Amino acid sequence: MSRADRGAMLAVTGRLPPRAVLWLGALLVLAAFVAGSARGAYAIAPGQLWTVLANALSGGDASSTEHLVFMNIRLPRLVLGIAAGAGLGLAGALMQGLFRNPLADPGLVGISSGAALAAGATIVLGSWWFPDLPRTLGSWTLVAMAFLGGIGVTLGVYALAQGNGGTHIGLMLLAGVAVNALAGAGLGFLNFIATDEQLRNIQFWLLGSLGGARWSAVALVGTIVLIAGCAGLASATALNAIALGEAQAAMLGVDVEHVKRSVILATALAVGAVTATTGIIGFVGLIAPHWVRLVAGPDHRVVLPGSALLGAALVLAADVVARTVMAPAELPLGVLTAAIGVPMFLFMLRHFRGRI
Amino acid sequence: MLRCREAGARAGRKALVSGVNLALQPGRLTAIVGPNGAGKSTLLSLLSGQRRPDAGEVRLDGTSLAAHAPADLALRRAVVPQESAVAFDFTVREVAELGRFPHRRRPSRDEAGIVAQALEATTVAALAGRIFNTLSGGEKARVHLARALAQLWEPLPGGATRWLLLDEPTAALDLAHQHQAMRLVRRWAHGQGVGVVAVLHDLNLALRYADDVLVLAGGQVRSNGPAAEVLTPELIGDAWGVHCQAITSEGGVPQCVFA
Repeated sequence: MSRADRGAMLAVTGRLPPRAVLWLGALLVLAAFVAGSARGAYAIAPGQLWTVLANALSGGDASSTEHLVFMNIRLPRLVLGIAAGAGLGLAGALMQGLFRNPLADPGLVGISSGAALAAGATIVLGSWWFPDLPRTLGSWTLVAMAFLGGIGVTLGVYALAQGNGGTHIGLMLLAGVAVNALAGAGLGFLNFIATDEQLRNIQFWLLGSLGGARWSAVALVGTIVLIAGCAGLASATALNAIALGEAQAAMLGVDVEHVKRSVILATALAVGAVTATTGIIGFVGLIAPHWVRLVAGPDHRVVLPGSALLGAALVLAADVVARTVMAPAELPLGVLTAAIGVPMFLFMLRHFRGRI
Repeated sequence: MLRCREAGARAGRKALVSGVNLALQPGRLTAIVGPNGAGKSTLLSLLSGQRRPDAGEVRLDGTSLAAHAPADLALRRAVVPQESAVAFDFTVREVAELGRFPHRRRPSRDEAGIVAQALEATTVAALAGRIFNTLSGGEKARVHLARALAQLWEPLPGGATRWLLLDEPTAALDLAHQHQAMRLVRRWAHGQGVGVVAVLHDLNLALRYADDVLVLAGGQVRSNGPAAEVLTPELIGDAWGVHCQAITSEGGVPQCVFA
C-alpha cells in the first residue's frame, strides 16, 4: 500500500494505525498501573516506587513498610487487575467477533452469573454437605466451582442458541436473560438460608473486587488468561473472515466449527477463571472492544489484543477509584464498571438497534 | 471439470433438486436459469461444496468435493453470494482482502496489488476506503465480486481448474453494470480458463453472455446445452409460462421480447 493510499484510508475512516492503537493501549495500562501503585489506603509516592521496584529486583532492603505493602498487597492486586481486565476484554472481543454482533458480552449471556451462583452454592451448601472439603482444598474449592459454573453456562447457552445457519444471537441474549434471572433467584434463596458470614462472602461475588488477590490465585488466573489469549489470537484472521457470515467464511477455507470451539473454550476459560477470583466485574467485555473498534477499525488482529489492553486499563483504573473514593472503605468494583457500562450499553442498543 | 452424478438435495422430505447429471467445463460461462423455487441456488451450493448432496455426488477434477480439504478448495473456487451482510465496519478494501485469506500461507509477491486490481476490475477502486456497510446494494455486489476475483487471481500449479460461482450476480446492478459484470466474468472464463457458473434471472443476459445454459424446473434439469439452442420460445413458454418472441439483435445475438 502506498503512502498516499494509506493517507486516503485514514482520511476516509479516521482510524489509527494498528501499532499506534496497541502502543496507546499499553500506555493506558502503564498509566493506570502507576496510579494504582501509588494510591490507596497506604500512599506510596511515585518516586518511592522506583526504589521499591529496584530493591525487589536486586534483592536489597525488603523490610520497609513501602516494600511490604507494595509487594504483598498492592502488586498482586494490580497484576490480578491486569489479568482480569485483559481476560474480560479479550473474551468480549472474541464473543462479539464469533457472533458477529457488537452486543455480545460474557456477562449478558450469563457466564458471570453462572459462576456466581456456583460460588454462592459452594459457600452456603458446601459447608453443610461437605464440611471437610474446604479444609482439604482450601479456597480452591470455591474457585473451581465458580469456574465450572461459568463454563457450564457457556456451553448450555451456546447449545441452546444453535439453529439452522449457525448461532442465533437473539436466542443467546434471551438465554442470558433467563440464566441471569435463574441465578438471581438461586442467589436469593441462598441469601435466605445463609449465615451472616456466608452472606458477606456471597456479596463479594455479586459486586466484584480485586481485594482477594493472593499471588497463588494471581498466577493461576494470569496463566489461564494467557493461554486463552493465545488461543484467541490464533483465531483472529479467521474471525475477520467470519464477519462475512459462517457460510462465506467456510467458502474461504475457514474451519468454522474449529474456530467456534476454540473461541468458546477460550472465552469460558478466561471468564470462568477471572470471575472465580474477582467475582462479577460487568460490562468491561462489552465496552472495551467497542472502543477499540471505534479508533482502530474492526480487524480482529488489532481488536483482540487492543481489547485485552483496554480492558486491563479499565479494570485497573476502576480499582483505583474504588480504593480511593471512599477510603479507607472500598467501593465494590462491579458497581463502578456497571455505572460506566450500563449507559454505554443503552447507547449501543440504540445505535445498533437494527442488528439485534 | 466439475461434474454432478445423480446429485440431489432435500429439505426434510421435500426434494430441492434431484437427479442432476452434468459436466461443466472450465473456460466456459454456464448460466443456471429457471423459475423461482426451481432449485438454482441449491444446485449452486452443491457445486460449491457449501452443501453436501443427499444423493449422488459432485466431483471436482475427478475427486469428490467432500474429499477436497476446505483450505485447498478455497484456492480454486470462489462463491459470490446473493446477498451478504458484513458484520462490523470493515472497509471495502478489507472485505476484498478477505478473498486472499486462502492464500495467507503462501502469499503472492504483491498481495495489495492483487486486491487493488480486483477492485479496479469491478470499478469499485474509488470506494476502497469506504465502510462496506454504507454502500448501495449494487456497490456491495461489485465488492463481493472483486473479493471472489482476488481469491482466484492467479493460475494454480499442476493444472488444477478454478471456478467462479455466482448467485444472481446482476440482481442488484443497474443496466450498465449488469453488462459490465457479465463481460468481466466472461473474460475470466475465456481469457483465464476459469469455469464460471452464474445463476441468472435475465434470460437475455444469459443469451448474450453464456456459452451454455442449464434450465432447472421443479428441482430437475429441464434442458442443458448451448444458450441459443436451449432458450427457445417453446421452452421458455413451457418452463415460465410466459409468451416470448425471438429476435436477433444488431450484433447477431439472439434475444427475447416478452409480451
